[in-house]
Amino acid sequence: MNLHEFQAKELFREYGLPVSKGLVASSSEEAVAAAAQLDGDRWACKVQVHAGGRGKAGGVKLVDGVNGVKDFADSWLGKRLVTHQTDAEGQPVNHIYIEELSEIAREFYFGIVVDRSSQRVVVMASTEGGVEIEQVAEQTPEKILRATIDPSIGAQPYQGRSLAFGMGLVGEQVQQFTNVFLNLCRLFHELDCSLVEVNPLVLTSEGNIHCLDAKMNVDGNALFRQPRLASMRDAQQEDERESQATEFGLSYVALDGNIGCMVNGAGLAMGTMDLVKFFGGNPANFLDVGGGVNAESVAEAFKIILDDTDVKAVLINIFGGIVSCVVIAEGIVEAYKEVGVDVPVVVRFDGNSADEGRQVLQRSGLAIIAADTLQEATRSAVDAAGEAA
Amino acid sequence: MSILVDRDTRVICQGITGSQGTLHSRHALEYGTQLVGGVTPGKGGSVHLGVPVFDTVRQAVEVTQATASVLYVPARFCLDSILEACDAEIELIVAITEGVPTLDMLRAKLVVAASGARLVGPNCPGVITPGQCKIGIMPGEIHRPGRVGIVSRSGTLTYEAVKQTTDRGFGQSTCVGIGGDPIPGTNFIDVIRLFEDDPATDAIVMVGEIGGTAEEETADYIKENVSKPVIAYIAGTTAPKGKRMGHAGAIIAGGKGTAAEKYQALDAAGAVTVKNLASIGEALGECLSATQ
Repeated sequence: MNLHEFQAKELFREYGLPVSKGLVASSSEEAVAAAAQLDGDRWACKVQVHAGGRGKAGGVKLVDGVNGVKDFADSWLGKRLVTHQTDAEGQPVNHIYIEELSEIAREFYFGIVVDRSSQRVVVMASTEGGVEIEQVAEQTPEKILRATIDPSIGAQPYQGRSLAFGMGLVGEQVQQFTNVFLNLCRLFHELDCSLVEVNPLVLTSEGNIHCLDAKMNVDGNALFRQPRLASMRDAQQEDERESQATEFGLSYVALDGNIGCMVNGAGLAMGTMDLVKFFGGNPANFLDVGGGVNAESVAEAFKIILDDTDVKAVLINIFGGIVSCVVIAEGIVEAYKEVGVDVPVVVRFDGNSADEGRQVLQRSGLAIIAADTLQEATRSAVDAAGEAA
Repeated sequence: MSILVDRDTRVICQGITGSQGTLHSRHALEYGTQLVGGVTPGKGGSVHLGVPVFDTVRQAVEVTQATASVLYVPARFCLDSILEACDAEIELIVAITEGVPTLDMLRAKLVVAASGARLVGPNCPGVITPGQCKIGIMPGEIHRPGRVGIVSRSGTLTYEAVKQTTDRGFGQSTCVGIGGDPIPGTNFIDVIRLFEDDPATDAIVMVGEIGGTAEEETADYIKENVSKPVIAYIAGTTAPKGKRMGHAGAIIAGGKGTAAEKYQALDAAGAVTVKNLASIGEALGECLSATQ
């Protein structure tokens, strides 16, 4: 789960991290009032969306005076920001963050991730601040310094000092950086993060280490013990169909093809999409009905799939393990009644109660194309979509 | 022979009285698994599905001499249950539980490594040696005893691979679901090493998916250390970047972890790669007839 910059900075502040004074606003009146409470007459205005690349897309601006803030708020609130990380529609801008400025002497990158290869939390720091770390990793990997955190003892001061000296910091800055390092690692662990990024972390012209940006991703599996973070979720930044699917225990990702897929299990759902492509079709979505599926959630899955008007055929691929094919079959019959299905539907059942499931479909008298094998099912769906298109 | 489990493996179930624990323990008993007891704190002294229930794993091990434990506990209790199994000197811990926080797994792995236990999972279907021992949620009837070892990050995709090998007349020595989480207890290399050393395994089917670099690392390992044929399938060729595809670990992050990179690494390592999910069995057949 992603947090907004203003939410991350609120948490940073509580962990004693140096961040600029700033306020969030969701209307131009609020924005003007916020600016009046901040020092100076020049501020940074930043749109608050769950995507990187805001600066290049015009979503971050230095503005002069209260009028500048008002103009920024008027031009962005209620609009959508498209960056290289978003889709073509972009993300809705419902909040902007207005922040006091810092004089920047140097920019650094600072990030904490769970590294899957070493199976450790790893801190990365680099003198190449302000650019994407993937780019640095590709072009000048030697410029990324790393510290591996031992899960049993946590981050240690010497690790912070090593990174600081490695980046060429001196004197008081070394201790300041070490404190930032230790506090961010504490935040990462205590708040069950999956990613924390400060890009850029800066050295101000007064010689202080300062967190200019703040990005936090929280492990969705840990939200049961992070109720405050759970309440920070901004559903409007998420795809509507994906959120709707989650509520029914379904896992859905929209794609741009025309063959709707309904599958049990994430791996098989991906494999089914790939097979559609292999036989010359284009999958419209990823959809895993999950292990706790019932007739109601199958009907919901149908609604979500058919809500995509590009869909010309639906391929249902169920290999029953925990899931009984009868439950899926009953859900399909119910969906036909409730939703009204007007595209060809191809069904392949295997495993748990596959024969009984096929009988349920047959008895229903619905025009469902039953296939015996995965290959046959996929080909039928690709053909059906091709004829309809 | 087989790997990890066989007909003599004595298994207990942590969370046996819960709905999932009850359902899958019943199936395991029907399959013939030596499920010798269960653990549910507070229900010690009772009998469930005909086997004794204990308050602690330690008590269960003392009475039943179990060496393996399967976990159906809710995600929030999974770390605690893994640590309790380690403390009771369980040798094989199979965590079926889905949704375990990643940082819990980092802590669990430290303790598991120090105790010398092996953890399989979490978020996995389990381990089965057909005809001998079934630990987990996989449908037993699609498996046949045989000489193909299967290792996979996905549940239903494993069933697909199993079914295809069974339909072609090949059975399985052992099937291991390592799970779809970013930090698995056991990885591909661990399992492939066991299959390579297992005289009852002639070929290995590996089912990977997008996300992370485990398949690439496994390819390096295969190149240097594996003499048996490896048939590899990778799910997620059509998955978009930056989107989590159901499994916590199935995400192409920062442009890394694509199916294309994994296929390339496995091809270079001499594995037989399969792009058509429906032809895993066929590829295995061609591979085995060519080596005979």
